[in-house]
Amino acid sequence: MTEVDYAVDDDTIAVVEDADLPRRLKDEVYETLEDRGDATVEDADELAKAVEARYIDTRVEPLEPVGTVSAQSIGEPGTQLTMNTFHYAGVAEIDVTQGLPRLIELVDARKTPDTPMMTVYLEDEYATEREKAHEVVWNIEATKILALGDVSTNVADMRVQISLNEETLDERLITPDEVAEIIEDNLGVKAIQNGTEIEFGPEEPSYRDLLQLVEELRDITFKGIEEVSRVVIRREELEEGDEQFVLYTEGSAFGDVLEIEGVDASRTTCNNIHEIHRNLGIEAAREAIIEETNNTLAEQGLDDVNVRHLMLVADIMTNRGEIESIGRHGISGSKDSVLARAAFEVTVNHLLNAAIHGEIDELDGVAENVIVGKPIKLGTGDVDLRMGSINPGPGGQAD
Amino acid sequence: MRNSTPKDIGSINFGLMEPEEYREMSATKIITADTYDDDGFPIDMGLMDPRLGVIDPGLECKTCGKHSGSCNGHFGHIELAAPVIHVGFTKLIRRLLRGTCRECSRLLLTEDERGEFRDQIDESRKLGRDLNDVTKAAIRQARKKDRCPFCGEIQYDIDHEKPTTYYEVQQVLTSEYSQRIAGAMQGDEEEGIERTSPDELAEETDIELSRINEILSGSFRPRESQRKAIEKALDIDLTEEDTNKLMPSDIRDWFEAIPDEDIEVLGIDAERSRPEWMILTVLPVPPVTARPSITLDNGQRSEDDLTHKLVDIIRINQRFMENREAGAPQLIIEDLWELLQYHVTTFMDNEISGTPPARHRSGRPLKTLSQRLKGKEGRFRGSLSGKRVNFSARTVISPDPTLSLNEVGVPDRVAKEMTQTMNVTERNLEEARRYVSNGPEAHPGANYVRRPDGRRLKVTEKNCEQLAEKVQASWEVNRHMVDGDIVIFNRQPSLHRMSIMAHEVVVMPYKTFRLNTVVCPPYNADFDGDEMNMHALQNEEARAEARVLMRVQEQILSPRFGENIIGAIQDHISGMYLLTHDNPRFNETQALDLLRATRIDELPEPSGIDDAGEPFWTGYDVFSELLPDDLNLEFIGTVGDEVVIEDGQLIEGTIAEDEVGEFGGEIVDTITKVYGNTRSRIFINEVSTLAMRAIMHFGFSIGIDDETIPEAAQERIDETIEDANDRVEELIEAYERGELESLPGRTLDETLEMKIMQTLSRARDNAGNIADEHFSDENPAVVMANSGARGSMLNLTQMAGAVGQQAVRGERINRGYEDRTLSHYQPNDLSAEAHGFVENSYTSGLTPREFFFHAMGGREGLVDTAVRTSKSGYLQRRLINALSELEAQYDGTVRDTSDTIIQFEFGEDGTSPVKVSSDDDNDIEVAQIADRVLDSEFASEAEKEEFLGMKRQPTNLSEHADTRFAEETEVPSDD
Ligand SMILES: [Mg+2]
Ligand SMILES: [Zn+2]
Ligand SMILES: [Zn+2]
Repeated sequence: MTEVDYAVDDDTIAVVEDADLPRRLKDEVYETLEDRGDATVEDADELAKAVEARYIDTRVEPLEPVGTVSAQSIGEPGTQLTMNTFHYAGVAEIDVTQGLPRLIELVDARKTPDTPMMTVYLEDEYATEREKAHEVVWNIEATKILALGDVSTNVADMRVQISLNEETLDERLITPDEVAEIIEDNLGVKAIQNGTEIEFGPEEPSYRDLLQLVEELRDITFKGIEEVSRVVIRREELEEGDEQFVLYTEGSAFGDVLEIEGVDASRTTCNNIHEIHRNLGIEAAREAIIEETNNTLAEQGLDDVNVRHLMLVADIMTNRGEIESIGRHGISGSKDSVLARAAFEVTVNHLLNAAIHGEIDELDGVAENVIVGKPIKLGTGDVDLRMGSINPGPGGQAD
Repeated sequence: MRNSTPKDIGSINFGLMEPEEYREMSATKIITADTYDDDGFPIDMGLMDPRLGVIDPGLECKTCGKHSGSCNGHFGHIELAAPVIHVGFTKLIRRLLRGTCRECSRLLLTEDERGEFRDQIDESRKLGRDLNDVTKAAIRQARKKDRCPFCGEIQYDIDHEKPTTYYEVQQVLTSEYSQRIAGAMQGDEEEGIERTSPDELAEETDIELSRINEILSGSFRPRESQRKAIEKALDIDLTEEDTNKLMPSDIRDWFEAIPDEDIEVLGIDAERSRPEWMILTVLPVPPVTARPSITLDNGQRSEDDLTHKLVDIIRINQRFMENREAGAPQLIIEDLWELLQYHVTTFMDNEISGTPPARHRSGRPLKTLSQRLKGKEGRFRGSLSGKRVNFSARTVISPDPTLSLNEVGVPDRVAKEMTQTMNVTERNLEEARRYVSNGPEAHPGANYVRRPDGRRLKVTEKNCEQLAEKVQASWEVNRHMVDGDIVIFNRQPSLHRMSIMAHEVVVMPYKTFRLNTVVCPPYNADFDGDEMNMHALQNEEARAEARVLMRVQEQILSPRFGENIIGAIQDHISGMYLLTHDNPRFNETQALDLLRATRIDELPEPSGIDDAGEPFWTGYDVFSELLPDDLNLEFIGTVGDEVVIEDGQLIEGTIAEDEVGEFGGEIVDTITKVYGNTRSRIFINEVSTLAMRAIMHFGFSIGIDDETIPEAAQERIDETIEDANDRVEELIEAYERGELESLPGRTLDETLEMKIMQTLSRARDNAGNIADEHFSDENPAVVMANSGARGSMLNLTQMAGAVGQQAVRGERINRGYEDRTLSHYQPNDLSAEAHGFVENSYTSGLTPREFFFHAMGGREGLVDTAVRTSKSGYLQRRLINALSELEAQYDGTVRDTSDTIIQFEFGEDGTSPVKVSSDDDNDIEVAQIADRVLDSEFASEAEKEEFLGMKRQPTNLSEHADTRFAEETEVPSDD
């Protein structure tokens, strides 16, 4: 007998436990019975039965082809999504791919999204103090030389001259020494630093080399993460009127950002499912796929699509422990059945390969059974119906 | 004789065929390229040999004796004069040549390496990964070997010239060796390389001086070891590449010697696919049934593309043999061999890159084997995955509000063509005879009968009376379709399951299918020329499934969002709004008229007595007649006020889109979920008919006057627009003066654009608001917008106020000429007008320039739609393909057909997406159920049992089986 923490008698427990209900609902039944106090065992039985009837009624039916239904439920509203690539996603300053292109990108499991982006949450004082939050910003946003000061080329002396802006240096917590050092490391030149002035040039006087140096200088990331070109800081309201700073980035380097002091790794996300997979594992990637597809649909006013459909898509994409795309290079291309693969794309190659490897098509799936003209093993095709016959033959019995 | 049971395919094995197998299955060898003789008879051992099957009706197959239609055809074969390469396997052939020994043909891998790759192959097989990846890795490993680990032979590189030529590349001693050595011995003063004397060279290389001299004079070719020594001493290269073409026959010999166990390492199934079979010595000739010739109108025969290609092959094959027998020079033989290879290649695949496709006389590329299989119209997608079917009909659809949503109006001429098979028994013998005696022309007639011995007899006008007499039990009668039959109805594109639903037939005159308008949303149909398909079901199992699972009423709830997708639309909504908005009063005649198309044939107690002493009924009360008696609901409705229903009585609120509409109308949704599909169907049918009666009672029309505003208002609108223009000018001036401050993260130009857009959109809204002030709530356009029937206030704004900014790619219109949109404007004019702001309304009419900009914006929409449909269609196909195998199991898991578990419970909680709306978290209100079970009385024991789930509602199979509901209300159903 199951132990129950409610004031109900054993007979009641027996009838309630007998019902085909999840723990949560059984507990609710006990609670209701307890509240009423005067319920008899018959009452309990009837209540349990009624709740069970409601529960069973809302359960997905066995043999239902849930895959096809989910695929249709995501594909059908596809015609209502926009093609316009750029749209504003909450933060007006950052453009993010939206609509159909984004949905396609997600189910394709593209290695990098068209517009990578991160939402960085901060912890403790970093989230509440603007100064502190900015510290994190400068550790994330890639700082290029043009942000730090002016660059000029002195053709006469064959020198590159940088005059750094002291204010920005202070703000971004970087000293002129450091700047000079980074330049020396990256360009392999001797940089002469004098206060906020830095000067260097090619070893041999050459106009081409000089220009080359300037080009290279512009590409150096002095501070922050190379991949992140821009960070937008926003003050957002929490519940209870509290406020916090949240960072939105253009470009993403999820693993690097999680390491940065002040970043709340438990809430920070990015829109690249592969980065999430690499850093947080396959279950997180699954969540990310659900979240991203759901947001993409919701952004276009299709938030009524049941998440369960998106879950199924995310689950099949992550079923093997790595992210597989939906299509020729992923799930459809790795099906067991030769005919199913041939019927999808690159028909001839699949047939030729099957011949070489001596493959056997067991005809279990849907597409291959349609091809050979047999009933498919889903839904009503998955049950056999026998009708009793009037005179049972020698082989078969009427049943 | 009945048809023998068709064979069931258990599994399909793939493999290569060996030449002997081709010969064995061949009905005849083909030796002549001619097809027909002068009398039009097929030539023996020609491409149309009658042993290959028959295509002309009446002729008998010489192999199996069957007639055209039942003979599937038989393969023949061509003995190729020389082996040729199968184009499909060129990559694999290259790999095998590179990975096996040129001498002993063994795979160039040591025992350890073999073991490793064998394991990898096994693992890939188990996990269903691509075996080719392992093969590639193994070959890469094998290529690293310079010498065969078994026989020690030096291995050469293999060059592959696409598509089917292979060369062995050897490094051999160059013919200029003596010059090169001499040259190097001269040294180079500039580079600081000293001269080398023959003595020194001899010493350094350990070769006798006399040999060195012989070598220098060119009379002795240094051996390999000597060559290497000299190369090392002088730091030169004495080799050149020598390419040796590998003929298919060489490759075949090479492959024949590869041991079985060696190929298995590469994942090739040696049992079924020996590598030498990739080089063809016998070419199977497809049966004539696979390449039927067609007779043109002028009596000329036109042959299939495959036949053309086979003719080419045979011709070249013969020339090859003749030339070889005549002892023609090697060069000619090689040319012919290449030509034969080309024809066999294009016979298999005519779209090989780098190879000119074989063309028809007209210049059209031939469609050969690969092309037949590939693509949307190919064998796989076009003929095997999607098949053409009998018993189907297609025609234009038109609306019929008198039909139930479960029904479809079928033209009589369709009903007479699409028959249903009746198994005649003693019980329906009379009925069957009646159908037959009506003949094929009169409507409920019959087209064919089938006797128990399997003979099928056509029912004709002449023999129908006679035949009717003969019909007995155990005969079959193919009778016409009649009212109440179930059919499948479909509109493409079939994007979701509601695109294919089952309807009950109502046979009607004229030529269109007729639908109740409430089923337009699931099909996404309208009546501007849409066509739909109908399929008559041919066995009892299919009909039962269609009735129970596919009927329209079973599809009221959409699995996408878990709410109703069928409900009142357009005029129904306007009608309901008019009926309930101000709760108007109706006298007895009017009230009865409103309800005349419903089951209600007796009015309830009057809602009150008016001043004249006449009883009246309110809109609420009339509507409430349609609601289930115990329905209780409370929610915020379409127009923003509360809708309250108590005990099946509308107390408060307006009935419009959110109440009874097609996408999640609250009342329809609740009735479906609580009272079942049948009750919901009745409700939707009745709401739509009541709404039609209501809208006819009030009258509803819209015209140009409904969007025209008084002059004073027009002046105010003009003022607003003028104002906006001024403000835009100010912005531009500020921008030009450099006084505009840029928004964070935006450039100055972007900022200006954004501010102008904002200003102008505000101007349009203001114009709209001014216009709105002059529209009363009775304005039909306002009624439609407010009720959610059709259109929005924005549409009205554009009709009466101003059309507003036209946009392309989300920006003002910026394209056209250099620095300007049209030549009518100065370059760099940033004004509103010059960038597509339309200040006129649709009523006042657009200026030519405005019209042009408007067309630009409109065009973008059209292009967008076109691109979107193709993209989302492909997305849908991929999603379906990836997920089609998934099925919920009895244990609640979701698995694919090979039993891999994808989810332990569908959607983490096993909740059906159909029954629970997406924004609900499926709360089962135990307390509420307790109230109902323990406190309230049930009308009957049956109802209680049903509530407890001990008894299920009887399955409603037909419109005509509504007695249960009829009994409840004690009113016979009339739909
Ligand atoms: Mg249409
Ligand atoms: Zn035959
Ligand atoms: Zn060897």
